[in-house]
Amino acid sequence: MKVRLALTVNGESREVLAPVHKTLLEVLREDLGLTGTKHGCELGECGTCTVLVDGEPVLSCLALPVAIEGRAITTIEGMAEGGELHPLQQAFAELGAAQCGYCTPGILLTAQALLDETPTPTRDEIKEALAGNLCRCTGYTKILDAVELASMRMGARK
Amino acid sequence: MSPPSVIGQPISRVDGRSKVTGAAKYAAEFDPGPRLGHGVVVTSTIAGGVIATIDTAAAETAAGVVAVLTHRNAPKLPYREHKADVDPEDGERLHVLQDDRVHHHGQPVALVVANTFEQATHGASLVRVTYHEEPALTDFGQAETRAVPPGARREDGGHPGETRRGNADAALAAAAVRVVAEYVIPREQHNPIELHATIAAWEDVTLTLWDKTQWVDNVRDEMAAVFGIPIENVRVVSPFGGGAFGSALRPWPHVTLAAMAARHVDRPVKIVLTRRQMYGSTGYRPHTVQRVALGAERTGRLVALHHEGIAETSTYEQYTESLLDATRLLYSCPNVTTRYRVAPMNVNTPTPMRAPGEASGLFALECAMDELAVALDMDPVQLRVRNDAERDEDADLPFSSRALRECFRVGAERFGWERRDPRPTSMRDTSGRLVGYGCASATYPVSVEAASARVQLLVDGSAIVSSAASDMGPGTYTSMTQVAAETLGLPLHRVTFELGDTRMPTAPVHGGSITMASVGSAVQAACTKARRQAFARAKRPSADLVEVLRQLDYSVDVTVHNEPDDAADHYSMHAFGAVFAEVVVDAALGTVRVPRIVGAYGAGRIINPKTAHSQAIGGMVMGIGMALLEHTVVDARSGRVVNSDLAGYLVPVNADVRDLEAIFVDEHDPHVNPLGVKGVAEITLVGVAAAIANAVHHATGRRVRELPITAEKLV
Repeated sequence: MKVRLALTVNGESREVLAPVHKTLLEVLREDLGLTGTKHGCELGECGTCTVLVDGEPVLSCLALPVAIEGRAITTIEGMAEGGELHPLQQAFAELGAAQCGYCTPGILLTAQALLDETPTPTRDEIKEALAGNLCRCTGYTKILDAVELASMRMGARK
Repeated sequence: MSPPSVIGQPISRVDGRSKVTGAAKYAAEFDPGPRLGHGVVVTSTIAGGVIATIDTAAAETAAGVVAVLTHRNAPKLPYREHKADVDPEDGERLHVLQDDRVHHHGQPVALVVANTFEQATHGASLVRVTYHEEPALTDFGQAETRAVPPGARREDGGHPGETRRGNADAALAAAAVRVVAEYVIPREQHNPIELHATIAAWEDVTLTLWDKTQWVDNVRDEMAAVFGIPIENVRVVSPFGGGAFGSALRPWPHVTLAAMAARHVDRPVKIVLTRRQMYGSTGYRPHTVQRVALGAERTGRLVALHHEGIAETSTYEQYTESLLDATRLLYSCPNVTTRYRVAPMNVNTPTPMRAPGEASGLFALECAMDELAVALDMDPVQLRVRNDAERDEDADLPFSSRALRECFRVGAERFGWERRDPRPTSMRDTSGRLVGYGCASATYPVSVEAASARVQLLVDGSAIVSSAASDMGPGTYTSMTQVAAETLGLPLHRVTFELGDTRMPTAPVHGGSITMASVGSAVQAACTKARRQAFARAKRPSADLVEVLRQLDYSVDVTVHNEPDDAADHYSMHAFGAVFAEVVVDAALGTVRVPRIVGAYGAGRIINPKTAHSQAIGGMVMGIGMALLEHTVVDARSGRVVNSDLAGYLVPVNADVRDLEAIFVDEHDPHVNPLGVKGVAEITLVGVAAAIANAVHHATGRRVRELPITAEKLV
């Protein structure tokens, strides 16, 4: 049974006709072509499918679009503003915090939610915030360094 | 004036922007058009026997289902002979849906194709399979008793059942100090974060595959053989891989299934394996039991070394790896025997997982060396330095370069090894928890394979360089761009490197730490030739390539095939390293934390210290996983993997990681290849688990010889 879903994705209104039980992850990747949101386990274990809903990290593989109609969904494609990378994106690219790059979008968005809430987090707060995101390549240290660098630059900019 | 050298500079990834914006496209994300069908695999629930009945009626009539393929209606495929370096020498790959035989739990027995992934998943749940179950060998303890020597000969790339130099038995019996122990590695899973995925599309007689692979050329060759079509009719595209660590070296059954289904339903078909299915069909590091006996003089000099190992393999392919290779050359010892056996079981075939062989083999050898150091009451670093080999005593060749002693010196200093009180349980942190320091040697061979590269120098002063290589994460795009820019004498921003398409010049497998040496050498050779051609065609003399190119009427287009020289006939070529780990153990709870690892590596020339360091840290963290967490649990009664997800199979999370440092010692090796690179992917995992296990012994006095070192083994 398909339903008409009115979603707000990266500031745009998008209408999708999809079964009511189709996950947000699949709607984003298949119906909206937003493949920057990654698919790693479909069980809520790896964190790679994380998107923001009203600024909060949500595992899109466990979320149903029908439950979040009208709320602001942010995917990695919506993180840069007008072609200018978010300081987190810039720092990740610079420090090599993305290796294969597959876990990167979910980690970037989770980190963005953290910095929006806590602009100058401690290392432990960063680790806590990213505790649900698995990375198999980088060994994590560059990721934590990149969040710290972005936080510092964003503070300096204000 | 030529631009400043970019080789050796910590250049940020050239593909960094595409990865932080979501623009990088991985296999499952290509769009072959609106008629895309989704395939979901149905897998066997027994480990051995034949399929009695398959009821597909309910699935076939379910909404959106386009086709259900089983061995009864699947097209019979030619499956012409095809063996690549990544395939076991002995045995034959699974022929998917070609008969009713079941060889292992999790084997594909049907494929449901539907309009959406959800419909296909639902359809797959409706397929009913019954079996005539037969006795299956799923218990390693039983299989071990029927283990056999590897069949493939050493000359054919096989790993020998027995090797011997001197007389280890006699020397061991006469040795002043002896250590004999058994070590166990559990089955481990690569678990890249990206799921394995393939999209197949036929256009008339040609097949295009978008695949998660570490070797596009071999996927092309294998699919051409399986379907009995010319390789010119197969194109494989794979610009990005979301990690692999060996799991994507070979095309697994789902690749054939996607191509088979796409032809059957006459529309493109995508198959994305579930995380659970990857445990049953994309390989793993085999469960391995090893026994090591060391004999030494009181001075610490090794006089006898015996190392044997038994590992699981499947019934249809004999997977072997370099489990005992390092043992034969790491230390100087006149009497060495190795003995290798494989135990065929009703399981899917293992496959190389990061540092295959060396990671497992050196866990055993380097723990045994630590036990010997304790028995001798000798410092473990000193023991290794004392037994450092001047030449490869196995191959009877000089090393092209060997920095083991230097790595131990630099690593020990950086780590603060001199602070170590050698007595177990003697060190504590400020909270009263036990602290231990451990170390281990690391080594991994250097190989160079033939590779080709194409260089196009355009009249606008830019260059496009390409090779059918892969980048599963280490930074191939970036390091090749550096080599090309430096060789051409162009600034980095004028050079674009492309990879991951069979239409590009051929490249070897992206594994075994050979990409930089092999593809890098081809890129270097092609750029040298292209630059020469451009200058030869220059209308006005100039030392500046950009200026020369702007004078040309048409571009320079050069493809060079580079074969490795005969250095391997004259030198034993390996990277060496020393790993130091600190652990903190809560004696009451048995929990182990790793606050610090320092690794020092002699890995030749480092093209990009930033990407190399990142890769090294990643290798160490996988080593933490190997030491403390990773374990694929197989139900010995059924052959079913019990913990086939990331909640049950633990990989390191960021909370497991504290201070990690990788140091590359200065090493100029003129023999390995023109670039002087040895590769860093594999060696940075080797030795980590042993260093941690040795540190755990130092902290607690408990010697854990079976990985992973979980709490119950320490309380």
